[in-house]
Amino acid sequence: MDTQTIINAAYLLAAVLFITGLKGLTKPKTAVRGNKIGSTGMLVAVVVTLFDQQILSYGMILVGLVVGGAIGAVLAIKIQMTGMPQMVAIFNGFGGIASALVAGAALLEVSGGPGEVPGAQFLIASGISGLIGSLTFTGSFIAFGKLQGIVTTDSVLLPGRHVLNVLLGIVAIGAIIMLVTDPTAFAVPYLAICLLAFVLGVLLTIPIGGADMPVVISLLNSYSGLAAAATGFVLSNNGLIIAGSLVGAAGIILTQIMCKAMNRSLLNVLIGGFGGEAGGAGSSADDVYGGKVTTSSPEEIAMVLEDAQRVVFVPGYGMAVAQAQHGVKQLANVLEKQGTDVLYAIHPVAGRMPGHMNVLLAEADVPYDQLIDMEEINPMFAETDVAIVIGANDVVNPVAKTDPKSPIAGMPILDVDDARTVVVIKRSLSPGFAGIPNPLFAADNTLMLFADAKAGIQDMVTALKETIDA
Amino acid sequence: MSQPFILSLTIFVLAVYVGFEIITKVPPTLHTPLMSGANAISGITIVGALLSAGLGFSPLTTALGLMALIFATINVVGGFMVTHRMLGMFQKKG
Repeated sequence: MDTQTIINAAYLLAAVLFITGLKGLTKPKTAVRGNKIGSTGMLVAVVVTLFDQQILSYGMILVGLVVGGAIGAVLAIKIQMTGMPQMVAIFNGFGGIASALVAGAALLEVSGGPGEVPGAQFLIASGISGLIGSLTFTGSFIAFGKLQGIVTTDSVLLPGRHVLNVLLGIVAIGAIIMLVTDPTAFAVPYLAICLLAFVLGVLLTIPIGGADMPVVISLLNSYSGLAAAATGFVLSNNGLIIAGSLVGAAGIILTQIMCKAMNRSLLNVLIGGFGGEAGGAGSSADDVYGGKVTTSSPEEIAMVLEDAQRVVFVPGYGMAVAQAQHGVKQLANVLEKQGTDVLYAIHPVAGRMPGHMNVLLAEADVPYDQLIDMEEINPMFAETDVAIVIGANDVVNPVAKTDPKSPIAGMPILDVDDARTVVVIKRSLSPGFAGIPNPLFAADNTLMLFADAKAGIQDMVTALKETIDA
Repeated sequence: MSQPFILSLTIFVLAVYVGFEIITKVPPTLHTPLMSGANAISGITIVGALLSAGLGFSPLTTALGLMALIFATINVVGGFMVTHRMLGMFQKKG
């Protein structure tokens, strides 16, 4: 066996480890092991690559591994759980730009070296790798900026943006064709591809509003995988192709799940402009709320909670912003101590990334078997005494079911209005991302607690303890 | 079309299928760790970066390779570590 055979066998081993690792992630019990198996696969791939005979300078490699490893480790240890969507966005961006850089380096090496003219497959793959990689890079950083609050979370709708995007896309494809027809002058077309993709990444992400972030994050995740797969085509490396396509598939599936949970097509999300254009149908805030909203106090809510057999928490992005997950867990502890059954209703797009609420509640030590998915929890609301909505709005808006003209029409929602009493903790009656009033807040069985999520929950904990003791 | 290309394409398509099959089974609770774990795997570009940085072909290739290597290593190391941290929170009870 020559070295090349051994190296390829090792990449096969790495690919098997990646697949086994991802399979482990399908169950909470095996997930930690799955992640370890995946990272072992990566170690195998890296180590075996280092044995490649062509590698001359190990000094540079050491520098790169130490610097990158240190930055990655510090980021991973320091990041707050509430900052997880931003972190995922950044990592995506780094993966994307790495792919674009590798393809650039490969082009340089092949075109400048002796030997045969590079084939069309290599050139097309390089162009695509540069395109997707660069687009992922700037797109991810805009997503990061929106999540971090540096860039506005509103959807920014530039006039004529569709025409502009299509034009940029056409020029980028033109540049790839140039690259293929005249590989000796690769530098200009390749740079052009990357620059165009940088601009496209910004233009495609900026119109997407805050609540659509779960879709964008999943989609960027998919892109970073596809960029890696394209780089695999450039280097004729099966390890890269397999790993990249696995990730690409993962991202696409998550994207689909998120779109389905909002009853919107991917195209509709990407085009953006949700909310702002919604005005036509529906009723104004005054019609919906006028004189019908019941304002409550922590003490009054505590009395309702004291008699509750089952309480379901309905968390949303507001809980993440206020960091109220620990308060929620405290309230749950008090409730469970008095014998109340406590559950959590998780809407697929609650928060800013897939599974966002699950991670936050897990951080607050909520057992994962109390986190119930939408389909499963919805029939249970009828037998729920109190549903506590904390920081969620559009995902509990009954208008989605009643008004076919509403911008959220057909979106699956959590049927909290079936619960005997609904408690909504919210700072004001301001609308959610969809920009429409929520009749739930004016329902007869709804008690509004106007407060910051964290402070409101704390007050309820204190009040409930006093009520129980009294 | 060349044979190696068809071979690569075959592998690509099959891997996409495997990915679809496995990942549709991941429960929503684990969607975030799945995403960050998968993201770490997409850092596999590190392999290409190692080759580019280590070839010693020209200073420019080495520089590009070194930059790629740093970014890809952040992606890989950070991705797996942060996934591990999150999964630890899911693990300690339940």
